[in-house]
Amino acid sequence: MGKLLAVALVLIAIISAVPILMHTWWMPEDISTHGHMIDHQMSETMAEAGIAFVAAQIVLAAFIGMFGDKKDGRKATHLPGGAKAVVIAAFLLVGTEVLALGVFGRDAWAEVYFKPAASDAMPIQVQAEQFAFYFRYTGPDGKFGALHPDKIDEGSQNFFGLDPANDVESRDDIVAASLVIPVNKPISLMMHAKDVGHSFYVRELRIQQDFVPGLDIPMHFTATKIGKYEIVCTQLCGLGHYNMRAYLEVKSQEDFDQWLKQQSQ
Amino acid sequence: MRIQQIFLAAVAVLAAATMSAGAPSGGTVTGKVTYTGTPAKAKAIDMSKEPSCAAQHSTPQMTETAVTGPGNTLENVVIYISEGAPAESSAPSSPATFDQKGCHYAPHVLAFQVNQELKVTNSDQTSHNIHPLAKVNREWNKSQPPGTPPLSEKYDKPEFISVKCNIHPWMHGYFAVLTTSHYAVSDANGEFKLPNLPPGKYTLTAWQESYGTQTQEVTISGGETKTVNFAFTAKPY
Amino acid sequence: MPDASAPAVHQHAAPTSFLRKYVFSLDHKVIGKQYYGLALVSVFIGMILSWLMRFHLVWTNAAIPGLQLLSKNGAPGGVMTPEYYLSLLTMHGTLMVFFVLTNAPFAGFGNYFLPIQVGAEDMAFPRFNMMSFWVTFVGFLVLVTAFFIPDGPPISGWTAYAPLSAVGKDAGPGLAWGQNLWAISIGLFCVGQLLGSLNFIATTLDLRTKGMTLARMPICTWAWFITSCIGLLAFAVLLPACVLLILDRVAGTSFFIPAGLVISDHLQPHAGGSPLLWQHLFWFFGHPEVYIAIVPAMGIVSHILMASMRKPLLSVKVVYSSMIAIGFLSYMVWGHHMFLSGMNPFSGLIFSFPTLVITIPATIITMIWIGSLYGANLRFHTASLFSLGFVSMFVAGGVSGFFLAQPSLDIYLHGTYFVVGHFHMVMGVAAIFGIFAGTYFWFPKMTGRMMNDTLGKLHFWVTFLGAYCIFMPFHYLGFAGNVRRYSSFVDDYLQPLLPVHKFITIAALVTGAAQLVFLFNLIHSRFKGAAAPDNPWEATSLEWSTSSPPPFDNFGGRHIVVKHGPNEYGVKGEKGDYIMQDSPEPEPAGD
Repeated sequence: MGKLLAVALVLIAIISAVPILMHTWWMPEDISTHGHMIDHQMSETMAEAGIAFVAAQIVLAAFIGMFGDKKDGRKATHLPGGAKAVVIAAFLLVGTEVLALGVFGRDAWAEVYFKPAASDAMPIQVQAEQFAFYFRYTGPDGKFGALHPDKIDEGSQNFFGLDPANDVESRDDIVAASLVIPVNKPISLMMHAKDVGHSFYVRELRIQQDFVPGLDIPMHFTATKIGKYEIVCTQLCGLGHYNMRAYLEVKSQEDFDQWLKQQSQ
Repeated sequence: MRIQQIFLAAVAVLAAATMSAGAPSGGTVTGKVTYTGTPAKAKAIDMSKEPSCAAQHSTPQMTETAVTGPGNTLENVVIYISEGAPAESSAPSSPATFDQKGCHYAPHVLAFQVNQELKVTNSDQTSHNIHPLAKVNREWNKSQPPGTPPLSEKYDKPEFISVKCNIHPWMHGYFAVLTTSHYAVSDANGEFKLPNLPPGKYTLTAWQESYGTQTQEVTISGGETKTVNFAFTAKPY
Repeated sequence: MPDASAPAVHQHAAPTSFLRKYVFSLDHKVIGKQYYGLALVSVFIGMILSWLMRFHLVWTNAAIPGLQLLSKNGAPGGVMTPEYYLSLLTMHGTLMVFFVLTNAPFAGFGNYFLPIQVGAEDMAFPRFNMMSFWVTFVGFLVLVTAFFIPDGPPISGWTAYAPLSAVGKDAGPGLAWGQNLWAISIGLFCVGQLLGSLNFIATTLDLRTKGMTLARMPICTWAWFITSCIGLLAFAVLLPACVLLILDRVAGTSFFIPAGLVISDHLQPHAGGSPLLWQHLFWFFGHPEVYIAIVPAMGIVSHILMASMRKPLLSVKVVYSSMIAIGFLSYMVWGHHMFLSGMNPFSGLIFSFPTLVITIPATIITMIWIGSLYGANLRFHTASLFSLGFVSMFVAGGVSGFFLAQPSLDIYLHGTYFVVGHFHMVMGVAAIFGIFAGTYFWFPKMTGRMMNDTLGKLHFWVTFLGAYCIFMPFHYLGFAGNVRRYSSFVDDYLQPLLPVHKFITIAALVTGAAQLVFLFNLIHSRFKGAAAPDNPWEATSLEWSTSSPPPFDNFGGRHIVVKHGPNEYGVKGEKGDYIMQDSPEPEPAGD
C-alpha cells in the first residue's frame, strides 16, 4: 500500500505540473504598460511554489515508499539533524522566499497603486450597476456633469442620473456601454458604484479593482495593443453577476476620435 | 293558416330582435394622440454585453420613452375610460402576453385588466429576470431561463407599473392594469379606437409614460362615433 | 497551572432516562457524537448542493428532475435560475465552513476526546457544553429553514458582503427573510462556539489529571486548546457583526450602507455607513476561522501519524509552538482578503507581510511531518492513509497561498477559480481528510466496533485521486482568469474552458459517490462491525487505556496518574514498542 501511495504521489506531482509548464490554460497576452512586472512576479512565484510543491510531494512519496513497517522488529530511527535542522531549513528557505517576494513584489503593486495617473490621462467615469457597466466621457468641455441619483431613468438610458436640463456640464457628456479608448494613451478611470459592490477586471490589462458603494475610486492604466477585450465583474453582486460584462475596445487614435464624434451626434 | 302566419310572424320578430342584439351597438370614440414641442431624441441601445440579442437587431433598438410617428403623433399612449365606465362582470379569460425577444419587451406598453392573466414568455437564448416595479400591487421578480415555460401572474389593483429586466438594464416597458375593458393603446400613427361604448358620460384619460396624463370628457348617446384627440407637451430631456 | 492533586469528583450522576442519555445529555461523549452527527448531516447536504451546482455549470439549461419540488421559483420546470445557483452556493459555503469544518474536528472530536486525553471525567462545564450543542443545532435549523421560504436562501455567498446583504429585498431574491435567517443562524452558531471554546480552555487548564502536565498533553489536545483560544476572539467579533447586519436590515441603521444607493429603482433610505466595515469585521473573524478549521485536523493527523509510524514526531513541542505562532499571526492577516477592496493600498503591503510570514510555521509543521517519516515503521490502514493524504493536500493547498499572499499577483488572481481551488484544497480536502482520519481512528473507541478497512481503503483512494482531479484544475482555470461565483459561463473567453468544467463535474460526481461508501461503512460497522479491543492501534494516549466505548465517567472510577508523555513509540515497553501514558513502568532509558 505504501509503495502504491508513493507512486500515486509522484504521478500526481508530475501530472499537476504539466499544464502549468505547458501553459495549457494560462494568462492571456499582456497589453498594459505595467503588466510585465506582474507577469515577472508570477513567474518567480511559480518557480518557487512549483519547486516546493513537487519537491515536497516527491520527498513525501520517497519516505512513504521506503519506510513502511517491514515487521522485522527494526527500531524506528530519526532524520539526521532532527527537529532543529528542519526548523532552520524552514526559516532559511521560506524566510528568504518571503523576503524576496515581499520586497520585490512591492514594485508591481506600487506601479498600479502608488504612482499617480499621468497628468494628461483621459478621464473616464465607470459606473457599475446591477448588471452592466456604463462609461461616461466628458465631451468637449472636459468636465463631468453632476450625478443625481433621483434622476436615474434607465428606460431613457440615463444610467448616471444626469440632469442636462439644469446642469450645463452634463449636456455634452457621452455615455456608452463599451469602454472605447485610444491605444498608448494613459487612461484615468473613476469608479463609481450605483447600487452594491462590483469589481472591474480585464485580464489582458492586468488590472482588477472593486467598486465600493460610497467611494469613488481612481484607477489608471495604458493599453498598448489595439483589439477587443472583455471587462467582467468579479464581485458577487446579485443574480445577474454572471452576465455582467462590457467590452473594452482599444482603437487607434483616429478611429477613437471618429467613434467619439459619432457618439455625440 | 292563421296559426302558421302567427308562427312565422313570431319567428320574424324574434329574428329581428336577435339580429339587432348581435349587431354592434353603442358608440365609438376614435382619435389621435399628438405632441407639441421637441421630444427627447431616441437613443440607440448598445446590447453588446448580450451578443445573442445584439445579433437580432440589424439596426440598433432605440429607446421607447416617447415613440413618435409621422405628423408629430405618439405611439404607446394608453387611452381608457377613467370615470363613468360600466362595471365589468369579470376579467377576460384570454391572457395578456408580454414577450422578451431580442432583449426587448413586446409590446412596450401592455394594457390589460385587473385579475386578467398576464403571460410572460422568453423567446431569447439568454435568461431574463422580469421585475415589474409595482407600488400598489405586490412587487415581484422572476427569472426565466431560456426554454422554460411562460410565467403566469395577475394583478388585483389598477396601476401603471414600470417593468424592467434585472439582468439587462436597458429593457423597459409598462403594464397598464385597468379596471375597465374600454381601453386602447395608440398605434404607430398615433391613432386609437374605443368601440362598443354604451350611452353615458365618460371621462377619458390618456397616459404617456414621460409626459403624464391628460383627461377629456365625452358623452355617448347612441351609436355615433365621436373624435377625441389628445395633445401632449413634449420635453426635450 | 497545577495539575489536579486529587481525582475529580463525579460532576454529575449517570443519566437514566432516554432523553437524558441520548438527547439532552451532559456527557461530553454524547455531545461530541451529536456534533459529529450534525456535521455528517451538514456535509451530505453541502455535498449534494455542490453536485447541483457543478451540474448546472456544465448543463446550464437542462432540467434537473424534481428540483422544482424544492423550489418552485428557484427552478421552474426543474431548470435552475441564476439566483437559485447563488442560493445553493451560499448555503454550501455556510454549511461547510461553519457546520462541518468547525463542528466535526473541533467540537465533535474535541468534545469527545479532550477530557479523556487529559484524564478528566467530563468537561469543566457540562451544562454549558450541552447548551452549546443545542444552540448550534437551533442555528442549523434556522439556516435550513431558508430553503423552505418562498423567496429562498440568500444569494450573497457565505461572506455576505454589504450592501448586497444589508439592504434587503431590493437587491435580489433571498435577500429578505433568507438573509435574516442566515444572520440569525450564524449569530447562534457564534454563541455555541464561544460557550464551547470556554469549556475547552477551562477543561485543559483546570481538569488535567495528576501527572498530566501541559507538556505531556497529546498533540491533538494542544491543537484543540489552541483552536479554542483562536475561536474565542474570532467568534466574539463575528457575533456583533451579525447583530449590526440585522440592525441595518430591520432597524433602519446604516452601519454598512452609504447614502445615495439606487437599487431596483428605489433610492435606499440609508446614509453614512461603510461596506468596508463589514469586510473588516467579517475577515477579522474569517481568517482565524480557517485556522480554526485546519489546526484541529493538524493535531489529529499528527496524533494518528505517530501511532502509525511507531515513532514520535521529530519534535512535538515545535509543532504546537508553530500552531501557537499560526494562531497569533492569524489575527494579523485578514486584509489579504481585501487587497482590491478599496482600502488604502498601503494596507495591502502591510497585510502581505504577515501573510507571507505565516508560511514559516506552516512549513515547519509540514516539514516536521515529512521529516518524521524518515526512519519510521509506517503502518498503512485507512486512518494513516488519510493522514498521509492530508499532508499531501496541505502542501498542494498551501503553495497556492504563496500567490495569493502577494497583492500584485492578487490583482490577477482575485475573484477567480484560483482562490476557490486554494481554499478547497486546504479546507475542503485537507481538513476533511483530517475528519476522515479521525473517524477511522477513533470509531473503534467511540462505538466498540471496527470499521471495515477494505471499504475504508476504497474510500481513501477514490477520494484522494478524485479530490486532485477536482481541485487541481481549479488552479488552471484561475490562471486563465475564470471568474468565480458565476452561475453560468457566458463570456467569450470562458467558452474554451467549458471542457475543463465538464471534467471537474464528472470527477466531483464520482468522488461524491465514494462518500456513500463511507456512509455505508459508518452505519453498517456501527451495528455489524467486528468487536474492537481497547487499543486496536497500540497507541499511547489515555483514551486507549479505557474500554471501547469508555464508561460513563471515562475511566470506570480509576484514578488516572500519568507518568509518561504521549509519544512513547518505538521504545521497549511492556506491551510492545510503545508505553501508554498511564503505564506504571518507568521511563525508558536514554529518552
